[in-house]
Amino acid sequence: MHEHQFPPGDFRAPLPVIAPGHSFRSINEKLTSIVLTRNTPLVWFIVTGIAFTFLMGLTVAIAYLLAKGIGIWGNNIPVGWAFDIINFVWWIGIGHAGTLISAILLLFKQDWRTSINRFAEAMTLFAVACAALFPLIHTGRPWLAIYWLFPYPNAMTLWPQFRSPLIWDVFAVTTYGTVSLLFWSVGLIPDMAAFRDRAVNPKLKKLFGVLSLGWRGSARHWARYEKAYLLLAGLSTPLVLSVHTVVSFDFAVSVLPGWHATIFPPYFVAGAIYAGFAMVLTLAIPIRVMFGVQDFITMRHIENMAKITLVTGLIVTYGYMSELFFGWYSANDYELFMLKNRTWFGPYAWTYWLLLICNFLVPQMLWSKRLRRNIPLVFIVCMFVNVGMWLERFVIIVTSLHRDFVPSAWEMYYPTIWDFMTLFGTIGLFTTLMFVFVRLLPMIAIFEMYTLLPQARSKPAGEEATS
Amino acid sequence: MTLADIRTRLASLEGRAYWRSLEELSDTPEFREYLHREFPAQASEFNDPAGRREFLKLMGASLALAGVSACTRQPEEKIIPYVRQPEEIIPGRPLFYATAMPLGGYAFPLLAENHMGRPTKLEGNPEHPASLGGTDLFSQTSVLTLYDPDRSRTVVGDGEVRTWGTFVNVLQAATMSRRPIKGQGLRLLTGPVTSPSLIDQIEKLLSGMPEAKWHQWDAVFGARQGGAPAALPICRFDKADVVVALDADFLGTGPGMVRYNKDFASRRRITTPETELNRLYVVEPVTTITGAKADHRLAMKARDVHGFAAALASAIGVAGLPASTAAAQVAPWLTAVAADLNKHRGRSLVVAGDTQPAAVHALARAMNEALGNVGATVTYHAPIAASPADGTASISELVADMQAGRVDVLVIFGGNPVFTAPADLNFAEALKKVTVRVHLDLYHDETAELCQWHVPEAHFLESWGDARAFDGTVSLIQPLISPLYDGRTALELLAVMNGMVESSAMDLVKDYWTRAFAGQTSTVWSLRSADGAPYASPEAFWRHALHDGFVPSTSAIAPPAAGHAAAAPARTPSSPTAAAAATAAPGAGATAGRAGGAPATPPAAAGLAAPAPAAQTGMEIIFRPDPNILDGRFANNGWLQELPKPLSKVTWDNVAYISPKTAEFFSIPIARVGNGANDVIEIRYQGRTARMPVWVLPGTADDVVVVHFGYGRRRAGRVGTGIGVDTFGLRTSKAPWFDGGAEIVRTGESYLIASTQNHFAMEGRHPVRAVDAAEYRKDPKVVAALGHEAPPKTMTLYPVFEYTGHKWGMSIDLNSCTGCGVCVAACVAENNIAVVGKDQVSRSREMHWLRVDTYFEGDPAAPAATHHQPVPCQQCETAPCEVVCPVAATVHNDEGLNDMVYNRCVGTRYCSNNCPYKVRRFNFLLYSDFHTPELMAQRNPDVTIRSRGVMEKCTYCVQRINEARIDAKTTGDPIKDGVIKTACEQACPADAIVFGNLNDPESRVVKLKQQERNYGLLEDLNTRPRTTYLAVVKNPNPEVK
Repeated sequence: MHEHQFPPGDFRAPLPVIAPGHSFRSINEKLTSIVLTRNTPLVWFIVTGIAFTFLMGLTVAIAYLLAKGIGIWGNNIPVGWAFDIINFVWWIGIGHAGTLISAILLLFKQDWRTSINRFAEAMTLFAVACAALFPLIHTGRPWLAIYWLFPYPNAMTLWPQFRSPLIWDVFAVTTYGTVSLLFWSVGLIPDMAAFRDRAVNPKLKKLFGVLSLGWRGSARHWARYEKAYLLLAGLSTPLVLSVHTVVSFDFAVSVLPGWHATIFPPYFVAGAIYAGFAMVLTLAIPIRVMFGVQDFITMRHIENMAKITLVTGLIVTYGYMSELFFGWYSANDYELFMLKNRTWFGPYAWTYWLLLICNFLVPQMLWSKRLRRNIPLVFIVCMFVNVGMWLERFVIIVTSLHRDFVPSAWEMYYPTIWDFMTLFGTIGLFTTLMFVFVRLLPMIAIFEMYTLLPQARSKPAGEEATS
Repeated sequence: MTLADIRTRLASLEGRAYWRSLEELSDTPEFREYLHREFPAQASEFNDPAGRREFLKLMGASLALAGVSACTRQPEEKIIPYVRQPEEIIPGRPLFYATAMPLGGYAFPLLAENHMGRPTKLEGNPEHPASLGGTDLFSQTSVLTLYDPDRSRTVVGDGEVRTWGTFVNVLQAATMSRRPIKGQGLRLLTGPVTSPSLIDQIEKLLSGMPEAKWHQWDAVFGARQGGAPAALPICRFDKADVVVALDADFLGTGPGMVRYNKDFASRRRITTPETELNRLYVVEPVTTITGAKADHRLAMKARDVHGFAAALASAIGVAGLPASTAAAQVAPWLTAVAADLNKHRGRSLVVAGDTQPAAVHALARAMNEALGNVGATVTYHAPIAASPADGTASISELVADMQAGRVDVLVIFGGNPVFTAPADLNFAEALKKVTVRVHLDLYHDETAELCQWHVPEAHFLESWGDARAFDGTVSLIQPLISPLYDGRTALELLAVMNGMVESSAMDLVKDYWTRAFAGQTSTVWSLRSADGAPYASPEAFWRHALHDGFVPSTSAIAPPAAGHAAAAPARTPSSPTAAAAATAAPGAGATAGRAGGAPATPPAAAGLAAPAPAAQTGMEIIFRPDPNILDGRFANNGWLQELPKPLSKVTWDNVAYISPKTAEFFSIPIARVGNGANDVIEIRYQGRTARMPVWVLPGTADDVVVVHFGYGRRRAGRVGTGIGVDTFGLRTSKAPWFDGGAEIVRTGESYLIASTQNHFAMEGRHPVRAVDAAEYRKDPKVVAALGHEAPPKTMTLYPVFEYTGHKWGMSIDLNSCTGCGVCVAACVAENNIAVVGKDQVSRSREMHWLRVDTYFEGDPAAPAATHHQPVPCQQCETAPCEVVCPVAATVHNDEGLNDMVYNRCVGTRYCSNNCPYKVRRFNFLLYSDFHTPELMAQRNPDVTIRSRGVMEKCTYCVQRINEARIDAKTTGDPIKDGVIKTACEQACPADAIVFGNLNDPESRVVKLKQQERNYGLLEDLNTRPRTTYLAVVKNPNPEVK
């Protein structure tokens, strides 16, 4: 799908992935200057300041949680999991787009991914950090969670209970976090070297020198690098599918109507990618304006991502439909009741309809090319999807739990101020990390951008045909 | 420094002299030094190089020496181990002592579990006819009251802490000063009293001072509307095939409740589909525990019950009644009931409720006599309580006398009349006119506030005493612990008034019974052992009675032991006049109408002539004590506060019940989604108003508002103060139980009610399976058909585990269960379950390991039936909770228990999410009280106290299983069936819960589970619950339309 498959002026020709007129030098200067020389835009300070305030709120919320216990939240019996696990699944899902962009799109040789992959990988990392917070704090006693959840030989000859999906979660999420970090940091090496070479401040020079791990850009380095990067991409690819599959097992393995569904793994994975792309767009749209990188994150990127969002959104909607179908087809009283309670007469039915509006109805706008190119509109649609994906987990977790088998145990769930502080606090943490990253590290892989230039394509004619 | 010196100094100064103080003016060296030293000690030295060095030297040395001092050997304090172990005490093993709890004057017989000198748990005395092993709510929870840190601790006189000796002098002086004037102006106020030794002391006091008066008041057990019944019926529900309850909650209230539960349940327990059940008809204004068990229930206003009773009496042919007919809509019902009663002559029973006037009791008695039930299913006796006053009349008289200034000394023995007395009397104002006011109670409450003298009362577990059970059986109360605070008993106070200052309570009780043994007491007792033989000596009698906890031969219904009867001295004669006098003015009949050990039947149906209650009109207001805290006396008991009230499952508050139709009429929302705000209504009645939250209770009669009293205490303690609404302001002496002319108005306000259950419909899932007896007899499979089939046991991926040793299981008979909640209270007491408070309950975080679910069947306006279901952990064989726990904190053991390992639990709550029964409870906050020292002593040492972040749940009382296992290992015998009783099973007054070994084919639990009506809750999920239920089998009369 290269642009020169189409003659110039052909309406089918995709938009360029990089604005015309750039050279190696201009890319290098533009991207390194964001970090090294240019003054920070005021809006960066405003956004980071707000996000940091929320982050501070998070630290207060967590400190109070550790002091008092999770009773400060709204969780109860029967709703044992609520915001804690909703947030966990939501963040883990958001992370998925990064891995998908950097690994799967790399393997599929989607060159447009180049300008957003670094950025998306960082997003993955930060989203995993936000997500990983919840399994730790949601017990109220994280010191014990660490003590008991990791398998290590001990005098009591006690091991974790390997039949529990929560243990699978521990492995899945830690693996995912580790691989994502490796992938991201390996990808950063050549750019760190570029920074080292351009930095004027001797301290920064030293710092970037350490981070670049002695990169000199020799052909051997490049060969090793390419191999390592490809291997890591190969490693990450199954993780895109496995992590959210395992997370979905937390629900699918249980006996609870609304959780116990075989559709969950694919449905969760699609939902994760859906949420992730929406989040990449949510971040990319303002940042490209803020740092003036519209040349690198072009309309082509936004359109492509909008298309993926639309497709995964439809898969997710298929998941909703199949949940309804299987609930009905099972002819099981509890399943049928769960569906009716979820969609019709339950006290939380409004969340379901809001979810459908956010995740199904609003994204249908992206079918239109015109609307897809309306950047503010895409941003708004993505905000809907972000909210919708959070609501989806609310519907799955809270609505299923609050009315299960024995009617006498039915109860309502009401979140408290601490639940909201934790949720918005993690958004603050995520945004702070993201903005600090954008300011301190190359948000776009510089050396990879070179490959997008026509100059980089001056390869022997035979190679062109194989790529 | 003299004035002269200052003058000299002033004179020597030039110009105007300003001074701030005489010291400055004098300008002495001491003053300069003082100014200099204004700053911290050594501050000036710090600026002086030489001084600073010295200072630092000293500092350093003292710091160094401070460390050295840690090496000092502390003085040796030798502790002495048990060289010789105290007799009977084996560390780690509890001892059980028989005692009794007095409530409303009546004894409830108990066995108290004592760990190293601390009573920790109370069980029913299985030998005693009033308990047979079961208990009620109040005895289960009273152990918490014992250790209540808010109990009154010292004698208080005029707001100051005083000594007992000072108080004794005051009380003696007050009594002695009245002796010459025959006790004029001296009044005693007690609740109902059955204690023989206490009565003896009161009689002694009154005989010396005939002008002194004894009044009785108890808002729950003593309040009477329309007079007290002439005779006390003692029922035998085990012998009755047909029972008609006229506003009588015999399964839920009253001193005989536990025994009545046992007897009634024995006729509801089905072994085969052919078993004949009894049949219960209930006529009542608000659903009670009894009403919920009814086969046919008719909701009607309390004031209409008399008319119904009269119509029923004429229908079954009671002579001498004015012809009366029931209202048209109940006529067919009534005819069917009358026919059923007539069909079961001698095997039926009509009971009238304590809140109904004497006229209804007389009608009930007349019906029983006409049906030939007297002597068969019911016997009538002289009241067991001494001088069985109409409490309402008695306190009215007292207040009138206080107002008139005829009372100089008032001694209040227990109770809180300032809070509980009828509102129209204005007891508090009248009390202030009394010169000497003495109050003895467990708490320094509202009444104590208005009395000059307050004496802390000893809890019954701290005191010696005696009391009689509902059937007259005498129980001795022995202390389990010496008084924690400076508590005294009523007996001791009376002894002081009688001039016996030195007598201890034990001496007084023992002295009475020694005299009783010799036949020297005014009431003549027949004291014989269980086999009817007389005791050898007073000492032998005393030891036996203490050991057994009761004297069987003192029962009013005990058949007179042949051979010994003749030897027994003459009984107090019981004449019609005596009985009539008993209902008349209190005090006058202090000795009348009481017979020691044997029945003395008052006249037959004397009250029939009593006029029907005056007609009432308008909306009916009904007063009921709070089911848990009664009139507020247990307000500071957290267990009772948090225990869900039967049917409504409300905790921590009192509410007004109205029927769904009434609610609709006033547009009060009926549905309740989760815990939340309820409407507040204003109740207007006789110019008095109260605002309280409303609760729509299906089964309440229409146009009736049921007001619960007991809440709104101002001085209850840290738990009970200021919660709920005080509704005593509505309750008058004219109508303490029900009256017309009430109005309710919606206020538009709302109030948060914490209820543990908010969904009362079964949603077609049949967690409780209920069938009719006829259906069940025809096809026993009808029970199984109500649920989904359980999957075959082979449907598992895991290898099947063979339970070779024990295999514990439980069976809960829903047909016997009345939903009283005693099992929950017992579970709380046994398993150290924390109280979480209203806020946490309203967030659905109560910690009860066992809950009693209530479901209404049919139309909410007139529910066809009400069912109860105790739900503990079902101990599933394939437990969904176990596989999802990441840390193996909940695991299956080789006896089939689903164990919880607290110290391994990290608190993911996944187990609870995956539990289909939602029986797991999580410590969301630090609920256990680790800090109040008084409460530490209360805890069961065999059960871990759980900290925050830990999941917990029913363990089948694993500590009891382990104890039995250890015993079995020591003796080498297998654990016998019935040796292990879980706390809920032991306490259940209806014997609905049976625990045992499923591998023992002879065990009771196996036999029960073989019944056709046995089913597991949610068996279709393949959980294979170890706890199974026996379906409800109702026995409706096919003729009732």
